[in-house]
Amino acid sequence: MFQEFTWEFIVGHMNYWLFIVLMMTGLYVVVARGNLVKKLVGLNIFQVSVFMLYISVGKVTGGTAPIFPTDMKIDPDVIYSNPLPHVLILTAIVVGIATTSLALALIVRIREAYDTIEEAGILEIESAICREENRIHGEAMGGRG
Amino acid sequence: MATDVTQTAASLADHLPVLQVLVPFIAAPLTVLIGSRRLAWPIAFAASAAATAIAFALLMQVIGGGVISYHLGGWAPPIGIEYRVDATNAFVLLLVSGISTVVLIYARVSVAAEVPRRQHTLFYTAYLLCLTGLLGVAVTGDAFNVFVFLEISSLSTYVLIAQGAYRDKRALTAAFDYLIMGTIGATFFVIGIGLLYMATGTLNMADIAERIAEQGSNRTVQSAFAFIVVGVGLKVAIYPLHLWLPNAYTFAPSAISAFLAATATKVAVYVLMRFIFTVYQPGFPFAVNTLIVIIIPFAVLAMFAASFIAVFQTDFKRMLAYSSVAQIGYILLGIGLLSETGLTAGIAHLFNHAITKATLFMGVGAFVLRAGGSFYDRIEGLGRTMPWTSAAVVIGGLSLIGVPGTAGFISKWLLVQAALEKGWWPVAMLIVASSLLAVVYVWRVVEALYLKTPGTAAAAAARDVPLGMLLPLWGMALATIYFGFDTNLTLGASRTAAQALLAGGFGAH
Repeated sequence: MFQEFTWEFIVGHMNYWLFIVLMMTGLYVVVARGNLVKKLVGLNIFQVSVFMLYISVGKVTGGTAPIFPTDMKIDPDVIYSNPLPHVLILTAIVVGIATTSLALALIVRIREAYDTIEEAGILEIESAICREENRIHGEAMGGRG
Repeated sequence: MATDVTQTAASLADHLPVLQVLVPFIAAPLTVLIGSRRLAWPIAFAASAAATAIAFALLMQVIGGGVISYHLGGWAPPIGIEYRVDATNAFVLLLVSGISTVVLIYARVSVAAEVPRRQHTLFYTAYLLCLTGLLGVAVTGDAFNVFVFLEISSLSTYVLIAQGAYRDKRALTAAFDYLIMGTIGATFFVIGIGLLYMATGTLNMADIAERIAEQGSNRTVQSAFAFIVVGVGLKVAIYPLHLWLPNAYTFAPSAISAFLAATATKVAVYVLMRFIFTVYQPGFPFAVNTLIVIIIPFAVLAMFAASFIAVFQTDFKRMLAYSSVAQIGYILLGIGLLSETGLTAGIAHLFNHAITKATLFMGVGAFVLRAGGSFYDRIEGLGRTMPWTSAAVVIGGLSLIGVPGTAGFISKWLLVQAALEKGWWPVAMLIVASSLLAVVYVWRVVEALYLKTPGTAAAAAARDVPLGMLLPLWGMALATIYFGFDTNLTLGASRTAAQALLAGGFGAH
């Protein structure tokens, strides 16, 4: 199965390799970073990698920008790139912006409520609340909780 | 293609598929533009009720096995976006809009108590957007459109969950966690769609299905399937991907917990079914292997692990959240059995569990309103002081276990039958055994409600909630009993849907 990994194949699919690298980088940052803003940055990198995948799909070898001349005299010899993935990604970009802004708004509120945006600090506060709850409600139920 | 497909849109009735989405979608900004706190709820309710009526009309048109194809803007598919309604999604549409309407009646009092007044207008806007997204996911026949609507519903869901922060600040982190996981899920889904587009050059589900059938299995199509299952699996909360769910349901406002538990995960299950059975044919070997090797074991694991965790909770609401993860296991098991009975059981359980969980979460909201919390020690003795609310909760609990005479019994019974039909009797035993765990966790609630004396002053002074909350609660509770006896609608629609799904394609053969 490794025969297909020729030099042309590897270089010719550069966009896709970079897509995979970006995607895994983004996903790793989301998982590994404790700071909520950095997590969000990772999430953005992850999302942007998908934009790259789609735009690479739309590329047609030798194709030009998919814009017809204003006089609509279309030369049948001209090859155009596929515009559909670009349009889809415009939508996905809008979704990404909405997600980012909502996440940032949530982070602001978390900062107000917890006085930290580090995951470790938040977890500490939340487990303290949980312990307190379990103590109160556990005792009330005869230590069963 | 099919002969019974409606092509032209001449009258308003022909526009029903798009009106299904447009009514709540236009009502959402309307609430903001009018800007009146007093009018926000009536607008939301009217839109939701209209959506329910439309969904009912659609279901009546397709319950016999027909298909409605609606061309958005008059552009014919596969180039234009197509809305395609068959028995499966008409059933989901009716479920989502119906639950939404009942929960809205309940929300009027419940939300007033749990969310500050100044937020009410925007709260109902977000609610309507969430409804729009969920209905859109169900109605569309275009793969990328699914992603867009999924994100509309998800983004508004994050906002709605965060509204619980006025009672407990952990709602904020619950919403943030869900946002991170939900976005990863949606992005995985969109990668899967991208790969499908690479392999087939189209985004129309029926069209993708035809081309996959033509070209057979290849690595691109297989990895697309993997990405889609994991992506949607995060939204469904398939067992190991469920981590966002308990906190989100526990800290969201009660009305939102009821709405989400009954609709959001169910719509995601629908998307999963649509992709497994319609886009990929039921016989697609890679999909079949995924179901048998991955989905079924995790479904069984969910039934036990999540039920087991539910037994040890001290909070009624959190217990219900874990029980939801377990119940999703039953639905997925039904789908994974890949037989007509199994799929019918899965779809019927999707409906029955939705009304059961709506009842229970609304009951929790009532306890929160009167006793100030849903921890077991707070709700002790409420069976005496809040008899009507508690009775409805008990009915919901019985349906959760699957006691005969309730909706939960019908679908679980069918599920056991489906497992036996396949000769998988150990699975049938596991279904029964996991129901025993449900008996334990429901009993803990019943014990707290009826066998204890009120532990707090609030519980002792509690009285039944206002009719605005009690009526929808009892409406749902009676529905769980009704659908436990009259199974024509649920099983009829589920069976038509199952047959259509197993036939492959988009009901167009």
